[in-house]
Amino acid sequence: MTPTAPAMTDAAFALALALLLVAPLAIAGVALINTGLGRSRSAAQALLGNLAIVAVAAIVFALVGATLAGSLPGASGGAGHIYQAAGKPWNWIGYSPFLLGGLAAAPAHSQLALLFEFLAVALAALIPWGSGADRFRLTSGCAAAAVLAAIVFPLLAHWVWAGGWLSQLGVNFSLGAGFLDPGGAATVHVLGGLSALAVIWIAGPRKGKFPKEGLATALPGHNAVYILFGCIVSLVGWLAWNLAGALIWLHAPLAALPVTAVNTLLSASAALAATFAVTRIRFGKPDASLCANAWLAGLVASSACAALVTPGQSLAVGFIAGIVTPLLVEVLELAVSIDDPSGAITVHAAGGLLGLFAAGLFASQPGQLLAQLIGIATLLGLVLPLVYLLFWLLNRVLAFRVDPDGERIGMDLHELGGGAYPEFVIHRDESYR
Amino acid sequence: MPAGFFLSIAALVLFPASASRTAFVLCGLAVEALGLGVAIRGHMQARGESRP
Repeated sequence: MTPTAPAMTDAAFALALALLLVAPLAIAGVALINTGLGRSRSAAQALLGNLAIVAVAAIVFALVGATLAGSLPGASGGAGHIYQAAGKPWNWIGYSPFLLGGLAAAPAHSQLALLFEFLAVALAALIPWGSGADRFRLTSGCAAAAVLAAIVFPLLAHWVWAGGWLSQLGVNFSLGAGFLDPGGAATVHVLGGLSALAVIWIAGPRKGKFPKEGLATALPGHNAVYILFGCIVSLVGWLAWNLAGALIWLHAPLAALPVTAVNTLLSASAALAATFAVTRIRFGKPDASLCANAWLAGLVASSACAALVTPGQSLAVGFIAGIVTPLLVEVLELAVSIDDPSGAITVHAAGGLLGLFAAGLFASQPGQLLAQLIGIATLLGLVLPLVYLLFWLLNRVLAFRVDPDGERIGMDLHELGGGAYPEFVIHRDESYR
Repeated sequence: MPAGFFLSIAALVLFPASASRTAFVLCGLAVEALGLGVAIRGHMQARGESRP
């Protein structure tokens, strides 16, 4: 995470490139989970939305975002503007040649960094889509993805990965190695989770979720097989993602990669085991949906710290993620009245913040924990209000929420004209009586 | 929430000593948590008024 990266060996380059070709499986897994956690009458719209959002995010990032992220050095060295304050440089925005100019001639490391960012922006933009399930319009979802890919993600990616002020906290303020986020816990997952919160606040809950009297209505996901298979697919993608991140952003030696892979698996496994036990104790039987959420939360936490901690510490991080996940899902739904069908706030935002904190807590360098806390403060204090403001403005132009009739008949029929399962009988929804 | 962020950044610049710097960054995070709480409460109230 320095502006002047050491040259990569051919073996490291080939391995990182191969890993990045497998990493989209994480996107596929999240897409499957998002779809499975929604209702059957919105399944086709949900999966098409996942695909469309990945496409929009990639195009907008190529047109606008990559220029601001500053990952291709160009003549400016990747820095767009450096603000001087208190005698320190604050590199707050990047600048790369427009429309990926000079990509083919850029150093190998910069090309890989850019490819990593393309995948990262696609996943970050996908996360809020799942939280808006069953009421978030397709065009609005794509527009929200465009906003993230054009403005918010590039800023954050520059700050964290491309020599921006967060990555330079070590150089400028002697805070460890600066803010560390090799797997995209902050730039992808916390950003996605906080965007999900903004979408939920703006679009509101699904109709019938919170009746005027009584407890919240349970609206379970329509396909547990999609959800659980998505978790398995995600593991493959996450392993590739974390290893590629360690190679590209930490310049890790090849010998360090097996530990990173083991840590990723251990974090997810400990989270699943903890939630399995918690739901077994609380409800008498393990809850498949919450276990899937915990598995994903463990993977998300590992994005921040798998390359930086020991296997024992990784187990502890996963275990905490597994304890917190079912409890936070319950608190958000029952105490705070937040309708988050995919659990993105818990899984991606809380899981990512936990991983970022753990990366500082278990670090050996002095000041690393403070660097991680500054990064967390930036995400909560600057990124969340910025995303909310941008989405609020977007909602004034392009309404996020579908009209009541569309919500009643389902997003598939309303937006696509046909359902995902045309031979199935659609059950009458009792909540509309 | 932005006030908490700027408090954290100000701590970086104003306090070279590790202990006071850490304390003020934590204060910044606490201010952000308060802001998040207020935002959540505001949305709950707004939604409660428009319940069907």
